[in-house]
Amino acid sequence: MSLCPAGRHRGKWKMRKKIPRIWKTHLRSFLLKANRQEIPNNVPGEGEREILQGCYLSLLATIYGTPSMCQGFHIHYFQTSRQCCKVFLTGSLNTQAPSTMASRGGGRGRGRGQLTFNMEAVGIGKGDALPPPTLQPSPLFPPLEFRPVPLPSGEEGEYVLALKQELRGAMRQLPYFIRPAVPKRDWRRLPRELKIRVRKLQKERTTILIPKRPPKNTEDKEETIQKLETLEKKEEEVTSEEDEEKEEEEEKEEEEEEEYDEEEHEEETDYIMSYFDNGEDFGGDSDDNMDEAIY
Amino acid sequence: MTQAEIKLCSLLLQEHFGEIVEKIGVHLIRTGSQPLRVIAHDTGASLDQVKKALCVLIQHNLVIYQVHRRGVVEYEAQCSRVLRMLRYPRYIYTAKTLYSDTGELIVEELLLNGKMTMSAVVKKVADRLTETMEDGKTMDYSEVSNTFVRLADTHFVQRCPWVPVTENSDPGPPPPAPILVISEKDMYLVPKLSLIGKGKRRRSSDEDAAGEPKAKRPKHGTDHKEPIPDDGIYWQANLDRFHQHFRDQAIVSAVANRMDQTSSEIVRTMLRMSEITTPSSAPFTQPLSSNEIFRSLPVGYNVSKQVLDQYLTLLADDPLEFVGKSGDSGGGMYVINLHKALGSLATATLESVVQERFGSRCARIFRLVLQKKHLEQKQVEDFAMIPAKEAKDMLYKMLSENFMSLQEIPKTPDHAPSRTFYLYTVNILSAARMLLHRCYKSIANLIERRQFETKENKRLLEKSQRVEAILASMQATGAEDAQLQEIEEMITAPERQQLETLKRNVNKLDASEIQVDETIFLLESYIESTMKRQ
Repeated sequence: MSLCPAGRHRGKWKMRKKIPRIWKTHLRSFLLKANRQEIPNNVPGEGEREILQGCYLSLLATIYGTPSMCQGFHIHYFQTSRQCCKVFLTGSLNTQAPSTMASRGGGRGRGRGQLTFNMEAVGIGKGDALPPPTLQPSPLFPPLEFRPVPLPSGEEGEYVLALKQELRGAMRQLPYFIRPAVPKRDWRRLPRELKIRVRKLQKERTTILIPKRPPKNTEDKEETIQKLETLEKKEEEVTSEEDEEKEEEEEKEEEEEEEYDEEEHEEETDYIMSYFDNGEDFGGDSDDNMDEAIY
Repeated sequence: MTQAEIKLCSLLLQEHFGEIVEKIGVHLIRTGSQPLRVIAHDTGASLDQVKKALCVLIQHNLVIYQVHRRGVVEYEAQCSRVLRMLRYPRYIYTAKTLYSDTGELIVEELLLNGKMTMSAVVKKVADRLTETMEDGKTMDYSEVSNTFVRLADTHFVQRCPWVPVTENSDPGPPPPAPILVISEKDMYLVPKLSLIGKGKRRRSSDEDAAGEPKAKRPKHGTDHKEPIPDDGIYWQANLDRFHQHFRDQAIVSAVANRMDQTSSEIVRTMLRMSEITTPSSAPFTQPLSSNEIFRSLPVGYNVSKQVLDQYLTLLADDPLEFVGKSGDSGGGMYVINLHKALGSLATATLESVVQERFGSRCARIFRLVLQKKHLEQKQVEDFAMIPAKEAKDMLYKMLSENFMSLQEIPKTPDHAPSRTFYLYTVNILSAARMLLHRCYKSIANLIERRQFETKENKRLLEKSQRVEAILASMQATGAEDAQLQEIEEMITAPERQQLETLKRNVNKLDASEIQVDETIFLLESYIESTMKRQ
């Protein structure tokens, strides 16, 4: 079947062959609505659109007359079933398109639903089963047709893999990894002794303590840090405050101190409680025992 | 920057530098160049946090600054440099293959710290190497320095722009930000340092443990007093040189796959000879005469002059056009077409993707259209010898995924569709861009999934780490086997299973990231090379 203007009635449509009536009605009503730009809401069964061959442009091109108005149109899904035909449009409908269907009222009953091109040329033979309509967006994990190729294994691959994981861990330990600061506390409500003021003394102590760190196992530091952060801070603040009661200097803003101290403290979490008791005995007693194994 | 790239940058920054740096970095990438106060205001972070984050980003060469009129300093993020962070393991591995462990550690330190002075690098690397060596042996600084000098000579590390030395002392106020200069000839100049010393172990044997803390205290004092000889001269890894190396590797392996080992060796020799003479972005290398190539072939390769000439002729006649003949003097002048080679590699990547995604028949159609440039649907069916229905289906599938595009050729001025030719064609540049975009999305998905998996099993991971820590500490103090057994049983069998599965999944995701990054490298090189030629 084909749609084309008949010889005598130029500009009017005439069906050459018989097509289902419902098909004609739907098509015509659809095109009327298209003209009024009501498409997105009124097309029955609107859903996913699939791009088809550009030849389908002909449907609208010939109906609307001038090719310039069809720039940017893509007819997406043109399905003939026994009962209805659905045509989806994307792109902009040119508002200057003449109301061609209306003016072709004379063709009613005769040239309805004719196409300018041969349907067989596109490859849809008469009575052919077309793919089912898609009525919903494609699934989140679409089933794979072909299994992916296995990843390259071998010495190089494994080395690079191990290197990558090691780098990731290493970067978290570097000073460039900035951890978010402890939230501001309302110091009016808390005992004043919990506030950390001195930085210098702490700094000195950490440099001495650093060589002692390696014997400790550093793997669980990170995890425990995030979990017990606040609690430890409180405890350390208490113990370190006891040490620095004598020398108190107001240095920078509290937030800055807290942040800095927090970062220092995070490196010192290995040395909780028993270790900080008087700040004097870092003489290697019980480095690798008990307190470490809290769980 | 596309959304996919921004998302990927955000994930990378968060993983490596934390939330604060990520927030600032992503904001800068999105909005372009901005001064400090505006950044603080827009992101809602405190000024201190912004300052810290910017320091970290500048240290790692991810953000550059510029002084504008009226003394305002503006900061600009470099999105492409952030994406290079994916490739760090590859750079380090390359350094290992070329310069063994010393080179590997040098490049690793430089990449992890952004910029470092030579003395700092040498010291750190020597310490690290000493730890891995057997007891009693130490790594000499001079050895590490030598490797460093070699890296600088082959341009794998380069100097960062430095503060210019002003001869006359300017009485005016110092500028808000230093204008750093860099000159081409000084970029790889290694300062004359006499670094004498050996690497120190971080942990000595147990007898020294008591003496160490007290000994270290005065040592720290002396260290600070000594002036650092190369203060202000910072080095960074030269990523472009690494990229050049990867590109050469890719070309050589492509030739090896297509022809044989000998021809790949010849191409490798030609590339090596042109390393210094040709800038990395040139479309083809300088012409090399056949005599020169013959002289530069690796020793031990017994290829006679005649055979070499035959190989060169074969390479030049190959339709892939990796090697081209540019003249006849000196036994024949040959060039390597870098741009064409990159194009072939990108095309091969596209073909492989089509094959793995849609099947080998689709790949056949794809290669056909590539070869013939423009084809009508009917012609596709005829040439590919695939039934019309399936061919149509495959063509539409590839069209919908944007691997192919349609070219309209109207027969009549009114562009009537029934009287228009519709030709299928493949535009390699746009298809490469599309694929690159998908690669970015894939890596972002992979990273997210890996983070999700780790988060799901966080409790279990922590428990296992604690158990390991206990085990190690008990072994150090010499516990009995029964006790060790007891501790090991704290992790039940199904939990062990879960841990195994988690480890396997995380490894797979990581390996996939590395693999996708290789594809990204090829596509980016091709796109960059094409854009430069336009």
